[in-house]
Amino acid sequence: MPFIPHTEKDTREMLQTIGADSIADLFDEIPRELMIDELRHVPDAMSEMEISRLMRQRAKMDGSPMCFIGAGAYEHHIPTAVWDIATRGEFYSAYTPYQAEASQGTLQTIYEYQTMITELTGLDVSNASLYDGASALAEASLMAVRTNRRVKTGRILLAPGVNPVYEQVAAAIAGAQGLTFERLPMDVASGNIDFEQLPDGREPVAVVLQQPSFAGTLDDVDKLTDWAHAEGALVVSIVNPTSLALLKPPGQWGEQGADIACGEGQPLGVPMSSGGPYFGFMTCKQKHVRQMPGRIVGRTTDLDGNPGFALTLQAREQHIRRSKATSNICTNQGLMVTAATIYMSLLGYQGLVNIANASHANTASLVDGLCAIDGIGRLYSGPFFHEAALQLDRPVAPLLDALAERDILGGFDLTSYAGTDALLVCATETKTAADIETCIAAFADIMARSGLKSA
Amino acid sequence: MNSPKSSELIFDKSRSGRRAFAQAPATTAAAAIPAALLRSDKPRLPEASELQTVRHFTRLSQMNFSIDTQFYPLGSCTMKYNPRACNALALLPEFAGRHPLSPVSHGQGFLSCMYELQEMLKDVTGMKGVSLTPMAGAQGEFAGVAMIKAYHDARGDHERMEIICPDAAHGTNPATATMCGCLVREVPTGPEGDIDFDALKAAVGPKTAGIMLTNPSTLGVFERRIKEVADLVHDAGGLLYYDGANLNAILGKVRPGDMDFDVIHMNLHKTFSTPHGGGGPGSGAVGVNDRLLPFMPIPVVGKNERDGETEYNWLAEDDLPQSIGRLSGFMGNSGVLLRAYVYMRMLGRAGMQRVSEYATLNANYLAARLGEAGFELAFPTRRASHEFIVTMKREAKSVNLTAMDIAKALLDKNYHAPTTYFPLLVPECLLIEPTETESKETLDNFVAAMIEIVTAAKEDGVEYKEAPYTMPVRRLDDVKAARQLDLRYQPDKT
Repeated sequence: MPFIPHTEKDTREMLQTIGADSIADLFDEIPRELMIDELRHVPDAMSEMEISRLMRQRAKMDGSPMCFIGAGAYEHHIPTAVWDIATRGEFYSAYTPYQAEASQGTLQTIYEYQTMITELTGLDVSNASLYDGASALAEASLMAVRTNRRVKTGRILLAPGVNPVYEQVAAAIAGAQGLTFERLPMDVASGNIDFEQLPDGREPVAVVLQQPSFAGTLDDVDKLTDWAHAEGALVVSIVNPTSLALLKPPGQWGEQGADIACGEGQPLGVPMSSGGPYFGFMTCKQKHVRQMPGRIVGRTTDLDGNPGFALTLQAREQHIRRSKATSNICTNQGLMVTAATIYMSLLGYQGLVNIANASHANTASLVDGLCAIDGIGRLYSGPFFHEAALQLDRPVAPLLDALAERDILGGFDLTSYAGTDALLVCATETKTAADIETCIAAFADIMARSGLKSA
Repeated sequence: MNSPKSSELIFDKSRSGRRAFAQAPATTAAAAIPAALLRSDKPRLPEASELQTVRHFTRLSQMNFSIDTQFYPLGSCTMKYNPRACNALALLPEFAGRHPLSPVSHGQGFLSCMYELQEMLKDVTGMKGVSLTPMAGAQGEFAGVAMIKAYHDARGDHERMEIICPDAAHGTNPATATMCGCLVREVPTGPEGDIDFDALKAAVGPKTAGIMLTNPSTLGVFERRIKEVADLVHDAGGLLYYDGANLNAILGKVRPGDMDFDVIHMNLHKTFSTPHGGGGPGSGAVGVNDRLLPFMPIPVVGKNERDGETEYNWLAEDDLPQSIGRLSGFMGNSGVLLRAYVYMRMLGRAGMQRVSEYATLNANYLAARLGEAGFELAFPTRRASHEFIVTMKREAKSVNLTAMDIAKALLDKNYHAPTTYFPLLVPECLLIEPTETESKETLDNFVAAMIEIVTAAKEDGVEYKEAPYTMPVRRLDDVKAARQLDLRYQPDKT
C-alpha cells in the first residue's frame, strides 16, 4: 500500500486493541446511506516509475521556449543552493512554528527575511509573508482602512501604473468589506500620472503607487507621495524587489516615505512555475505594526537568557481574535520565504545590483533592436527598469502566435491596458546577447513577411 | 538529539566585500535611470560566501522538527509523509520554468494535469465544479463564503448577512465571515460533540446566509445529524459550507456533496500531502454544487474537443461572468497543485479510501491505548475520526501537569507536540492526529513516552514547568517578545 506501513498483523492487533472487528466498523457512526462504496472517476494507482514517465511526457509538451514576458513574474537565475536547501525535509515538511523551541530554524529564517525585506524597502517592520503580490495589495488596502481611521470613505485611489490584475484581486477581496478602487488619470505620453488632472476632494483613505509601473515606466513617486499625504491618505507602494537594488525604496519616497510597501516576492529565487507558489511581501512603518495582517516573528530570550525566536503579536490573528482578527490568513508562503532568504544571502546587495543592472541593459538592447524594425517604437517616453512598452503598427496577438511557433515568447500583449496595439517586453540577466539577437531577428522576419499591418 | 545551539545570524557572518561570486552576473554599466529615482543608501544584505550561506541555512534546518525527522501528531494539520516524487516531478525544468502568461500552446502538459486534478477532486468531494485558484485554506474559505453571498445577492436576497459557526470552529471560519462583510453567529456544541441542534434551530432564519461546518468536527467526531442540519439550513434559505480541514478522515467514504453541502474548500497541503513548508504554501481549492457553479473564482481550466484533438484552455471573465473574480495574480499555487496531482495519481482510486481507513485506524488505536493508560478522552463514548482529544484537566489539578507542560515534555522525548488548547471549549486539551503514514511501532513508542511523562510527575513529583531542556533554546519569553518588539536585526541598536 503506497505510503501506509501497516502489515496485516499490525492491523489485526490494532483492531483487537480497539475492540472492533474490521476497519469498516470504525466508520459506524456515519449514517450508512451517506457512504459510498467506491470512487468512480479517480483512475487506478500508478507506481512512481509510471507517474514519472507521464509527467516527463507532459513537461515536454510545454517545452522550454525563450521567454521575454514579465508582467508580474520574472525569470531570474536561481542559484542551485537555494532549492537544494529549501527542500531539505526539515524545512519542507515542518509546519507553522507553533512549538517555538522545536522550530527555531524556521523562526530564525523568517527573522532574517524580515530584516532583509525591511532593508530593501526602507521600512521598519515586515510580516512573515502573504500569498502573492496581488493578494498583498488587497491586504494592504484593508490595513490602510484600519490604520487611517479618520477617513471613512473606504476609497482607494490607484496610480495608473498599478497592475490591472492586482486591482481586480483587491476589489474581489477587499470589495467585500465595502472598499472601492478608483484610478488616477494617466498622461498618455509618459504612461505616468497626469499631475495636472489630479482630482480634488476625493478623500482617499489610501493612494497606491506602483514603481516600476505595470507598463515598466518610472513615476515621480516623491511628488505623488507628498500629494497623497497632503490629501490625508496613507501611501501604499507596490514595488519589484529586484528593482530596489537600484531604485529609491518606498520608505524614502517624498517627505515622509510610503506607509506600507508590498509586492510580489517571486523574483527573489522562486521559480515561475505557471504562477505559483510565490509569496507576497509586506512592510510598514513601526507605528502601523499592530494593524499588519499575517504572522510576525520576534527575537526574545529563553529561560537561560539566551536569544531565541517566536511568533509574536498574535493577538492580531484569527486563531486568537477569531471574527475580530486583522485578516483570516493562517498558512502563508513559508517555504518560498525560506528560498528568498537564502537567495538574498547568496547574492548580497552587490549581487542584486548586478542582476538589476544586467536586466536593465538586456531590456535596453532588446528595446533598441526592436525599435529599429519598421513598425515598432516606444509607447511611452521616459526611463524604464527592466521592462518596456512598445507601440506596434499592427495587432499584437497574431505576431505573438507566430513567435510562439518559433519557441519565442515575445512579450505580454499590452493592447487592452494601453488602448492601442502595444507590447510589453522584458529581458532579464538570463538572456545572452545572442538570445536577444535571435528574438529581434524573429520579430523582423515575421513582420516583414506578414500582411498583418493595420489598415 | 544533537541540537545546534548557536543562534548566530547570517548577518554576523557578513564581511564587507565578501561575495558568493558564482551567483552574480558580471558587473555591467550602471542603468540609465535618472539620479532622482535612485537609492542613495546601501541596504544591508549579508555579504557571505556560498559555503557560509549553505552551512548557515543547513544548520538552521537542523533546528526544526519536521515530518521527515519526527512523529508530528499535530491535530487538525494532517502531518503525513510528503512523497519525494511529488516535489521532484513538480520541479521538472519545463514546469518550474513555465511563465504563467505563456500561451496555451506551451502549456498543454501543465493544463492537462490541472484539468484532471479538477475532475479527481470533483469525484472525491461529490461536487459539480472545482476551482483550483485559492492559495490556502483560508482563501478557499473566503471564496466559499463570497460565493454564498454572491448567490443570495444574485437572487435579490440582500438581507442574508449572518454566517453560523459552531463554537469549536477553526478561527479562520469567523475571521473569513468578517472578511466577507458578514456577521458571525456562534452556536454551542452538545455534550457528545455534535452541534446543539436546538440552539441551531433558534439561530437559523431569514438572515442566515449560510453555516460553516467541519465534519468530522474539530472535536474529532462525525456530526451524526448532518442530514437534519442540512435540511434545516436549506429550508431556511441558507447554504452549507464544508471546511475541508478534516477531509482526510472520510476520503473516499463519504462525500461532502452527498451530505448536501453546497461548497467546500480542500486543504491540499493536508489531505493531498503537499508540503507544509514551515507555514505554507498551502492550497485551498474549492468545490461547488450546481447552485454555485456560475460564481466560482477564476481562472478555471476547460477542455475543448475539436476535430478529434483535445485542447485545454483557461475559462475566465467571459466564460463565468458572475464569478466572484480573481483571488491571485495568476492562477493560485500551481506548483502545489502539480504536487497534489502526482500524489493522487500514485494513490489511485483504492488508495484514496485506504487513506481514511488507516488514518482512522491509527487514531482509534492511539485513543484506545491512551485511554487504557489512564488518559482522559474528551469524548469517550464516541468513535474517533482521524483525530481525537485528550484532556489533561485531571492531571493539571492533581499533579500540576498542564497540556502545555506535556507538550513541552514531549519535545524532549523527540516527539512534536499535538495541537494544544484548541478547540477552545475543551479544557487543557491535546488534539492528536497521527495520520495514516505512521507505523504501529511509532504509535506504541509515543504512548510509552506519554506514560513516562505522567508517571514521573505522579510518582517522582517531576515538574515540566521549565521543559524543554534539550532543544536549541529553552522555553521562550513570549511576553517580552510582544512588549519589547525586536522584529529585525539592527546592529546599531544592539
